[in-house]
Amino acid sequence: MSGAGGAAGDRLDHYVSTDPFDPHSIEALTPEQERFYLASQWRMMWWRFKRHHLAVVSGAVLALLYLSVLVSEVIAPYDLHSRHSDYIYAPPQPVRLFHEGELAGPFVYGLHYRLDMENLKREYREDRARRYRLRFLCSGDPYRFWGKLEASFHLVCVEDGGTLFLLGTDRLGRDVLSRMVHGARISLTIGLVGIAVSFAVGLVLGGLAGYYGGWVDSLVQRLIEIIRSFPELPLWMALSAALPVTWSPIGVFFGITIILGLIDWTGLARAVRSKLLALREEDFTTAAVLMGARPGRVIARHLLPNFMSHLIASATLSIPAMILGETALSFLGLGLRPPVTSWGVLLTEAQNVNAVALYPWLMFPVVPVVITVLAFNFLGDGLRDAADPYKAD
Amino acid sequence: MLQYTVRRIFVMIPTLVVISALVFTIIQLPEGDYLTSYIAELEATGEKVSQEKVEFLRRQYGLDRPVVEQYATWVLGMLQGDFGYSFEHDLPVNEVVGDRLFLTFLLSFSTIVFTWAVSFPIGVYSATHQYSWGDHGLTLIGFLGLATPNFLLALVLLYFANVVFGTSIGGLMDPEFVDQPMSWAKFTSVLEHLWIPVVVIGTSGTAAMIRRLRANLLDELQKQYVATGRAKGLPPFRLLVKYPLRMSLNPFIADIGNLLPQVVSGAAIVSVVLSLPTTGPMLVRALQSQDMYLAGSFLMFLAALTVVGMFLSDLALAALDPRIRLGGGTRR
Repeated sequence: MSGAGGAAGDRLDHYVSTDPFDPHSIEALTPEQERFYLASQWRMMWWRFKRHHLAVVSGAVLALLYLSVLVSEVIAPYDLHSRHSDYIYAPPQPVRLFHEGELAGPFVYGLHYRLDMENLKREYREDRARRYRLRFLCSGDPYRFWGKLEASFHLVCVEDGGTLFLLGTDRLGRDVLSRMVHGARISLTIGLVGIAVSFAVGLVLGGLAGYYGGWVDSLVQRLIEIIRSFPELPLWMALSAALPVTWSPIGVFFGITIILGLIDWTGLARAVRSKLLALREEDFTTAAVLMGARPGRVIARHLLPNFMSHLIASATLSIPAMILGETALSFLGLGLRPPVTSWGVLLTEAQNVNAVALYPWLMFPVVPVVITVLAFNFLGDGLRDAADPYKAD
Repeated sequence: MLQYTVRRIFVMIPTLVVISALVFTIIQLPEGDYLTSYIAELEATGEKVSQEKVEFLRRQYGLDRPVVEQYATWVLGMLQGDFGYSFEHDLPVNEVVGDRLFLTFLLSFSTIVFTWAVSFPIGVYSATHQYSWGDHGLTLIGFLGLATPNFLLALVLLYFANVVFGTSIGGLMDPEFVDQPMSWAKFTSVLEHLWIPVVVIGTSGTAAMIRRLRANLLDELQKQYVATGRAKGLPPFRLLVKYPLRMSLNPFIADIGNLLPQVVSGAAIVSVVLSLPTTGPMLVRALQSQDMYLAGSFLMFLAALTVVGMFLSDLALAALDPRIRLGGGTRR
């Protein structure tokens, strides 16, 4: 910085820029940096969540499943209750593309039925002479959309005279795939309604225990311990046996959901309580109380939002238990009853070893159960990691 | 230790009392009682039931007395080993239940041993070989076990056991041994049948245990004392077994308390499918026919099994980790 010329002792040239100076220019952020540093908490959670690929895929699968519930009637090839009395216990029909080595578009072969008179076994084999082309976006088996609107529009149906049992039929000749698609409506909502119940109970009781402490806390704690030490399934069984037989199937559905939720809240209540116990000592809580906020407002407005994301994550993780619980109860005949159709109700058809040996396709409804339960588990895992985006890993 | 044990027992007793009240309330919940459903059934088949007879039966069974009195009679009877009277079987509950309780206990116990025996080595392997193919594969299997409904797994295994090993279907022993006195042949037959329910019930709990042990062990493996031990030249296996494994064992044992209700639940449904002579099938029937003392005694037994099991796991934990008994009566 020594002056360019001039003898020693001369004043150095002092350069002052005449441009206006922006004091923030030094710490200016590039757009990317800005986006990163100023991101909202929810955005950060999303970034963290995106890194858990399995959770993202699971989320997409669940979203698809729940969307399908809106239009079950269109997706299913047949109506829930259509019977095909000529095709009882028909095996799955594969969709084929080639007929005798030639591309013939998607089609199915007809089924040839024969009763084996020796052991009275129903035998089906493909009748290669009859081919039925598959059509898409067509009108087929009539149904009432959401029980109201009459329609007959389907995503896929088969040429007249043919049948399309992609996953076989049951003892009344009803298409297993169609029933699975319809069953999703009940099985998938039961988890959500149940979790809503358990969320509400858990928040209120856990909130009370954590906020007030003292004897309220001990009381709730004891209650939680007792419920947790009770094996879940027998308790569910006992409570659902207590549902009056006279209730309509829909009433039973809500009864079962509430029962599932009423026993499941303990984990959530625990989480809420321990967080509240820590947070109620914080300055902002004292400030809110001093400003005259009522306990309800302090809890709901100032405390809960701090760990809502954690709660959502743990709620996601407890949905699978409910779905499995409903499946088990229905399977035992203590849960939902026909005509309400859930995956558990469908699985009652596969109740004995005969079904496993002779009609293994009756066990297909277990596939969506497994997929849903796994997806909820992975999604919950991802959400739990994302719930605390500030934590370095 | 003694002080801790005594304190734990004093926590356990009120728990059991509350549970008994809860159980009694639940079995009282359905409208009417066994007699009303019994009479309805008789009338449906066209038989006439005289009012006097109904009154007599109701008095006989004590159903006309106030609920609180019925509850007191039941609880006091249980303390003396009298579990009440089963209406449907027309026998005292004790005789109906027979050795079902013992078999339930045996099944739960074997399942826990199985769960431990499987999840322990797998958990250690997954932690020491983190993110290897083995780790991913075993984790996947564990999750599948978690997600498949128990009863269906039971059916499929039953079928394969029959086809591959020729094991007779259903029950906990070959039919010819039922009602036989205990013998070696009967014992082996029980073992032959026991593995299916044990595996089926065990799978659902195994995944959780594996994850737990894996996470604990991974935490420990990153600590400095492990690096120190390794730097000093301790053989890897000895290092693993002597320090981090011992540290990560505590939560594993504490978890038995959470595992037990799950095992009992699983046993209840799997035994219905496999028609095991345990509590499950009879409980379902008793619940449906409002045979209240039978159902109540089963529920009470299952709850007591879990409460006592949790108590034992707490004691084991306290014996392992002195900090727990010093830390007051509460866990977690």
